[in-house]
Amino acid sequence: MLKNKRLASPYLVWMAAFIAAPLLIVVYFAFTTRAGRFTLDNLTGLGEYTAVFARSLLLAAVATVICLLLAFPVGYYLSRLRASKQHIMLMLVMLPMWMNFLLRTYAWMSLLENNGIINRLLGLVGLGPVPMINTSGAVVLGMVYNYLPYMILPLYTVMVKIDQSVIEAAEDLGANLFQVVANVLVPLSVPGISTGITMVFVPSVSTFIISRMLGGGSNLLVGDLIELQFLGNSYNYNLGSAMSLVLMVIVLLCMSLTNTFAGEDGLEGVM
Amino acid sequence: MKKAHFRALQRVFLVFIFSFMYLPIAVMAVFSFNESKSRTLFTGFTLDWYKSLFSNEMILNALWLSLVVALVSAVAATVMGTLAAIGINAMGKGSQAVINNISYMPVVNPEIITGVSLMLLFVVAKNGIGWANAHLGWQLPENIFGLPTLLIAHISFCLPYVIFNVAPKLRQMDVRMYEAALDLGCNPRQAFFKVVLPELTPAILSAFLICLTYSIDDFIISYFTCGTLQTLPIAIYSMTRKKVSPEINALSTIMFLVILSIILISNYLDSRQKGAERR
Amino acid sequence: MNLKKLLALALCAALCAGLLALPAAAEGDTIQVTEDISVSADYDWERFRGAGITLNVYNWGLYISDGSDDSVDVLAAFEELTGIEVNYTTFDTNESLYAKLKSGGADYDVVVPSDYMIGKMIAEGMLEPLDYSNIPNAADIGESYRGLDFDPEDAYSVPYTWGMVGLVYNTTMVEEAPTSWSALWDERYAGSVLMFNNSRDAFAIAAKKLGMSLNPSSTADIDRIAQELKAQKSVVQAYVMDEIFDKMEGGEAALAPYYAGDAITMISENPDLAFVFPSEGTNYFVDSLCIPAGSKNKEAAEMFINYMCERDVGVANCDFIGYSTPIQTVWEQLDDELKYSEIAYPSAEVLANTEVFNVLPDELNAAMDKAWSDMKSYDENGNGWLIPVFLVLALAVVVLLFWRRSVKKKRDDY
Repeated sequence: MLKNKRLASPYLVWMAAFIAAPLLIVVYFAFTTRAGRFTLDNLTGLGEYTAVFARSLLLAAVATVICLLLAFPVGYYLSRLRASKQHIMLMLVMLPMWMNFLLRTYAWMSLLENNGIINRLLGLVGLGPVPMINTSGAVVLGMVYNYLPYMILPLYTVMVKIDQSVIEAAEDLGANLFQVVANVLVPLSVPGISTGITMVFVPSVSTFIISRMLGGGSNLLVGDLIELQFLGNSYNYNLGSAMSLVLMVIVLLCMSLTNTFAGEDGLEGVM
Repeated sequence: MKKAHFRALQRVFLVFIFSFMYLPIAVMAVFSFNESKSRTLFTGFTLDWYKSLFSNEMILNALWLSLVVALVSAVAATVMGTLAAIGINAMGKGSQAVINNISYMPVVNPEIITGVSLMLLFVVAKNGIGWANAHLGWQLPENIFGLPTLLIAHISFCLPYVIFNVAPKLRQMDVRMYEAALDLGCNPRQAFFKVVLPELTPAILSAFLICLTYSIDDFIISYFTCGTLQTLPIAIYSMTRKKVSPEINALSTIMFLVILSIILISNYLDSRQKGAERR
Repeated sequence: MNLKKLLALALCAALCAGLLALPAAAEGDTIQVTEDISVSADYDWERFRGAGITLNVYNWGLYISDGSDDSVDVLAAFEELTGIEVNYTTFDTNESLYAKLKSGGADYDVVVPSDYMIGKMIAEGMLEPLDYSNIPNAADIGESYRGLDFDPEDAYSVPYTWGMVGLVYNTTMVEEAPTSWSALWDERYAGSVLMFNNSRDAFAIAAKKLGMSLNPSSTADIDRIAQELKAQKSVVQAYVMDEIFDKMEGGEAALAPYYAGDAITMISENPDLAFVFPSEGTNYFVDSLCIPAGSKNKEAAEMFINYMCERDVGVANCDFIGYSTPIQTVWEQLDDELKYSEIAYPSAEVLANTEVFNVLPDELNAAMDKAWSDMKSYDENGNGWLIPVFLVLALAVVVLLFWRRSVKKKRDDY
């Protein structure tokens, strides 16, 4: 029973039908016209949308960097707590994640609007109103907010394995805070960092909800563009497939880039 | 002295991060009790939104559908995924690598691509069925969009998580235990259920829970494959696209409390169990 | 057609006679479903009871009286009356409705597209011809809403509401009351203008501003209009559909083009708002109830359409959504405020200055879809800094890589 390869056969069929086949269909659509003839126009036509791709990559990159900067100290702090406290704090980090992300993003709308809560508070102090909603900044904020736990958790998982004595040794040898971080903590938590980067970057670069809710639809991202081709205004499966294909390639490139850092136990170790 | 400063700084930073994470949730909770519909001005206390939430059939139906889909797909994915993990474990290195790489796709691919690709598959399948019905005289149901597509999609994106949860446990497991059971007179089936399965149970259970939560929370993939149905996230989405009712805040608050209490209870049980073990 | 008219006339006469002579007898002609809704008894509403039918109805958001805000719940009343269950979901643009139907991604039984989309769907065989013997109430539809260009035989659609597009503005936020579409391009209101988030409506406004027809006749027209929309981008705060309710009522934006019926709803929520039909003219639209091809419950769907044309149902809907009704008897029952509203039922003079969307040839549709994507992707002030910053980031990553390598090397050297 344990040596029975056939146990995997239902899954293999499923995998072929619902994981591999759909991706092949995307490739097929990307290279054909609406009538089903081979073409490269869909892919070459993407040149016009370079700005959107660049904007998505940029916003996602900025969000990832901010997440990393915010999450690094948090992960470290959590990993140095007593075990019982760690448990509670970890729950606190994960709790917002279990809330539906549409609802969380929606709450930010009420906070950021021109007559929103933040601007009302600013108004009390005699400042503002500062336009915040429907800007690129709001979109980045949405990404950081939604995906921050994805950065904290892998960092914590790696850092908890770092022995306190290593840090103490570095301090004893005269390393200052910066040196400890740069020469001890960062190198030792590289697998966590790279996992965190992919886990934040991939959903950020492909989101269409955050940009729509917080970006006002004028800061179009790749995700919006794809959605537009499939269920929205443009209705062009072939172009949409081409976009998906390019996005997939970008994501895989990023993954392989971070994986060179991560070593073997990148994703699996965290999940 | 310097150390104390550093500690204080750390504290401040942590408070900042956590208030950042909980601010929106607090805002929703507060405004779910707001008398007026305003999302930014608190005018008075009321529980009306909770009352109207529980009479809102659209939301209740969506919640019900979400639960059913999550449960069915989590069970299916867990069973199929566990079997797959065992089968894959028995294979050679080469085929393992190929299968694992393909299985990774739904995990690493952006959700929108998984959603779009499944939608394309279903559209192609639907057209194929239509063609077969017309030309080959088959009598297959043509309207596949809806519950079938939703379930297939959810099972598909849950499966990898099951496999990648169970596979490491399988690798860590001592094969000799299984062999010993066989030597001691178990048939393979008994050996599997009495020795292997109990070993794997924690991993399988956690995979099942991951599937449940992912399925309940999924919006993007469902959005592309739901047909006429509305799961809870889709209902929420359509609510955020309209004139918004504070019912949505009430819903979030309730969801938050439910999750909080589940976590607290499981935590409590966990610590009690640990306490008992210690004794 | 003539027969139908005659029938309608006869019915009307009978009804009037009944009303005048014997009010009590007239009561007998209706079935009271709820306190607010009575429907004609001269129709077999019960024939699907117990058959376990679920109707998938796909309508615009906020386009029916659904029981919220103490309104009448017409869907619940329909379920009670007929025993048919309604699975009611909403869309927000004609184009997304089209995409969803075209993909075969859903089996709806009743949908509510607008004029030009109905024409397009008919041409593509996406709608089912209606059997009017199941929709006797369609006879009440006013003469001027029948036989319209998009469906000259009325074979596929029964008008639900009609209306016009105008300019909603917040009187406290504008310097003078706007009278022209060009206010939406006004630099003074930069950052407080909302714009339609669907191609056809947005193009119509830009076209009207340019003094063109809202039915472009060539791709050159479309390019010209798209240019105008791009020029507007720096002024626009957000592209929205029904999110507009929250934003305008909450004073988030000063100006926005939207449908007249919704403007009435917004003004009743926030009295600072006002509405105007810009002088360049505007779009006149009719949204109709249709049955998509392949509906499995066609007869039940026709029953639903018939129900939606009932007087009490129409009154409840109009009260709630503010749109204009094509049924005279419904209009007569409305509150005076809505009945004589200049927004919902404008003067003939205003009506004369309108245009209806035509069905565009495929080539122009494709061009418009493309131009719309382009316009939305276009970023006039972004490109300048975006690429360099991105380059710097990429450089940083490369440097990091090399640094890592060297660190590793050093470590290996020891």
